[in-house]
Amino acid sequence: MSLTSDDVKRVAKLARLGLTQAETNETLTQLNSILGLVDQMQQTNTDGVAPLAHPLELTQTLRADQVTETNHREKYQSVAPQAEAGLYLVPRVVE
Amino acid sequence: MYEAVIGLEVHVQLSTVSKIFSGSSTAFGAEPNTQASLVDLGMPGVLPVPNARAFEMAVKFGLAIDAEIGKESVFDRKNYFYPDLPKGYQISQFDKPIVGPGRVAITLDDGTIKTINVTRAHLEEDAGKSVHDAFDGMTGVDLNRAGTPLLEIVSEPELRSAKEAVAYLKVIHSIIRYLDISDGNMAQGSMRCDCNVSIRPQGSEVLGTRTEIKNVNSFRFVEKAINTEIHRQIEILEDGGRVIQETRLYDPDKDETRSMRSKEEANDYRYFPDPDLLPVMIDDSFIEACRNTLPELPEARQARYIKDYGITDYDAGVLVADRDVADYFAEVADTSGEGKLAANWVMGSVLAELNQTGSVITEFPVSAKQLADLISRIKDNTLNSKTAKTVFEALLAGEGEVNAIIEAKGLVQMTDTGAIEAIVDEVIQENPDQVANYRSAPSDKQGKMLGFFVGQVMKKSQGKANPQAVNQILHSKLGS
Amino acid sequence: MSQITDLTLAQLKQALDDGDLSSVEITTAFLDRIDSLNPELNAFITITHEDARKAAADADAARAKGKASAFAGLPIAHKDLFCTDGTRTTCGSKMLADFVAPYDAHVVSRCQQAGLISLGKLNMDEFAMGSSNENSFFGAVRNPWDPSRVPGGSSGGSAAAVAARMTPLATATDTGGSIRQPAALTGTSGLKPTYGRVSRFGMIAFASSLDQGGLIAHTAEDIALGLGLIAGHDPRDSTSADQAVPDYTATLSDPLKGKVIGLPTQFFDERLDPAMRQSMNDVLDVFRSLGATTVEVSLDHIAEAIPAYYVIAPAEASSNLSRFDGVRFGYRAEHPKDLTDLYERSRGEGFGGEVKRRILIGTYALSEGYYDAYYKKAQQIRRLIKQDFERALNQCDLLFGPTTPSTAFVIGEKTADPIAMYLEDIYTVATNMAGLPGGSFQAPLIDGLPSGYQLTGPAFGEGAILNAAHQIQTATDWHTLRPESL
Repeated sequence: MSLTSDDVKRVAKLARLGLTQAETNETLTQLNSILGLVDQMQQTNTDGVAPLAHPLELTQTLRADQVTETNHREKYQSVAPQAEAGLYLVPRVVE
Repeated sequence: MYEAVIGLEVHVQLSTVSKIFSGSSTAFGAEPNTQASLVDLGMPGVLPVPNARAFEMAVKFGLAIDAEIGKESVFDRKNYFYPDLPKGYQISQFDKPIVGPGRVAITLDDGTIKTINVTRAHLEEDAGKSVHDAFDGMTGVDLNRAGTPLLEIVSEPELRSAKEAVAYLKVIHSIIRYLDISDGNMAQGSMRCDCNVSIRPQGSEVLGTRTEIKNVNSFRFVEKAINTEIHRQIEILEDGGRVIQETRLYDPDKDETRSMRSKEEANDYRYFPDPDLLPVMIDDSFIEACRNTLPELPEARQARYIKDYGITDYDAGVLVADRDVADYFAEVADTSGEGKLAANWVMGSVLAELNQTGSVITEFPVSAKQLADLISRIKDNTLNSKTAKTVFEALLAGEGEVNAIIEAKGLVQMTDTGAIEAIVDEVIQENPDQVANYRSAPSDKQGKMLGFFVGQVMKKSQGKANPQAVNQILHSKLGS
Repeated sequence: MSQITDLTLAQLKQALDDGDLSSVEITTAFLDRIDSLNPELNAFITITHEDARKAAADADAARAKGKASAFAGLPIAHKDLFCTDGTRTTCGSKMLADFVAPYDAHVVSRCQQAGLISLGKLNMDEFAMGSSNENSFFGAVRNPWDPSRVPGGSSGGSAAAVAARMTPLATATDTGGSIRQPAALTGTSGLKPTYGRVSRFGMIAFASSLDQGGLIAHTAEDIALGLGLIAGHDPRDSTSADQAVPDYTATLSDPLKGKVIGLPTQFFDERLDPAMRQSMNDVLDVFRSLGATTVEVSLDHIAEAIPAYYVIAPAEASSNLSRFDGVRFGYRAEHPKDLTDLYERSRGEGFGGEVKRRILIGTYALSEGYYDAYYKKAQQIRRLIKQDFERALNQCDLLFGPTTPSTAFVIGEKTADPIAMYLEDIYTVATNMAGLPGGSFQAPLIDGLPSGYQLTGPAFGEGAILNAAHQIQTATDWHTLRPESL
């Protein structure tokens, strides 16, 4: 499979990655060569093989339903680019 | 000529004390971001650890709707960007939900029972909240709600009207309340509903294009939003247009739905298994432990009330719909020993009052004990229906206990036949014409005419005379 | 006594225990060396002089009172993707250039509890994506053996710092070879433990199902000491294994007699560089001289490991890196005109080229219509690879092969060609796909540059790997060689 410039733009949009035109062009070439590498997978017959999501195939342990966290808003928001009155601020969202 | 095809996605906030993947409190109403931990904020490097209680609650729900329980339950990531979604993905379930196919029964207007199939119910984390009006040109984000456990219950598109949709939603609400897995408070957002609506010509098997109305937050709005949307779609088709598949928002002020374009851009959610979490294996002992703690569910309770309290099918159905109302009724009936009277009072007076004030039974000013006392005093003939109403009003107003009110208002029923006879004699003396008419009337007309005299006696007794005694005495005195 | 900074962690510990050295002396010696070498090598992004000196004085005081913990006063440095409360954690990225994490990673707290003193934070490829350490917002790291060459990556700072004797022990992480490859290129020992052996809590994620924290040091013995501190179950990481942690130092001296070393035929085919083959044969001769035997095994799907890896790792990364959106922490573009602009510019300006490439590849692989052909297919191949390893490890105790195709390459040589760079990890990625432990240890120099051999063991077989490497290190002096220039 080979990507077009529009594919790159569509994927960049999904990933919310701003790319300049120059970056888009350069990326296109590189992505296509990476996909060329990746497509070598298609030669392998994987019929009936169950996908492996975790190497060790362990199962999940669950936590007891207990409140263990306390308020650290001031510390956590000290690394925020913009916060006011305890809220994180972003450009106005219109629904 | 058109038929509506409706499916609901109901999001229920589970009433765990901590979040689904962190130890933050889920309490409602805290200062912004004071219940947002490192995990809830999606800080770099942090990892989710699931809450066992959320699984118990989900399994209980599954058992209550007779569903298959997912023995291997897998969390997936649903990827999209939004300020209230800190990690840029929501941890949800896609292929392997905790609850598989199940079913609930709804009662239609004509009394018939319809089974609605539930496709699945899965666990996921709630998003935060946006505050739009507090800042100039900016939106504030509060992540206290982010990570609150949600059970998303998805129905098959088997609902055929807004009324059916509401009936289904009420059954779901009733079940989660009985299971006590959520407070079900729609106004606070503990239960929210997305409605998938399409229409098709009556008799057609082909599904029309559907729209999704997001986040409707009351039973009434669900009904109105669906009806509005059905009409909008009919108008489009009648005008020769086509319905566009899209997400819409219901505006209760204007009673219309409108397109939510902001949600349309990113509908490629790129689901994949969350690599930070392992499959949750639900074994039979876990399921049995959940089953053993299941409370009596609405259908079972309805059957029991019919049998134990001798009330009708219909009355029992109304009384058990809300677990708290059902409990209240049972306490009134058990304490007073009068099932039928208790049913009449709870349905006639209590529920009517709740409907009118929009309040809930747990905040109702008249306790079950008080209502039971009231009924006991009707039973022992101290009160008649009229004076009982007066006492009920006083209880509502918080004027004290039943006996004290009866005392204070002098409402003790007059059962002394001598005193009633004296009043009857007075009435007969004061109304010679009516007495003459009565006596000359044929006997089949007399029954109706007696009412006049009863009314006069009651008036003179200030409503306190025992109606049966009045009838009896009047009968014998007028007949002579 | 030789120079303080030449000593291994075990030797430094002995000197402290014997009272021959104080922590202040040790800490000062390493800080001085960092100050003199870092301007050229660029192994550290942040040096924590003050905190380290104070901790050293405290450790000496505690030791004097007999209240010191076992490792009190010994130096370590952390790869800059382990979150450190109060000290910035950059992940080698402009995105986090000023990010001070409000908490400590599990590995960092464990080291602190043991008394280790952190000298600072180590350079790395941005978000651990790279095999040369050229993808760092803070500049390339240089190989102490030849500053015109790369130290490997992504844990290039960790490897270079140990090789240059700026720290005796460094934490590192490995998603596809990021501990083993730089260890091989810098003449150090590096171990990637079994997936789940070390908690990932506080380790900024690249690819969650592949990432694993580990260590780089001079010797297998030092790694055995360090691994005992950082391994073990952590309830905050659901994927961390609830398995007892053995005393890794207790088995270091076990004899290798009778051990079977598996040689995957695919690692020794005609494509193997002759000089590298010679280096590997030299190591194998030592194994045989110690009584081990060798057996040929096959890893049939090893060729598909790189293609499958370059689907799984970018797919997970594309999602893991979505949280860097300029809202709650990290870089935020100036004057965003709306929300989309905030996202696109913060991420577009905050991430470097390789990170963006991988996010795009991963997003594409997961997008509608491509999931089955890419992500699902890669996960199926992943199972085949794991089965290969299981079969091979049924025939032997450990697998042996070269860590890298060649020795360190020149800075800039592969930057224009992502594929050439990706093939650096051709011998290492499969281990991550299978979640197995893998170590890289010093083999003979090739033309004056280090080479490394790799040992891969069964799940939780770290002890066997460290035992074998320690036996080789006892019989040879490859691990004591050091760059002449230093």
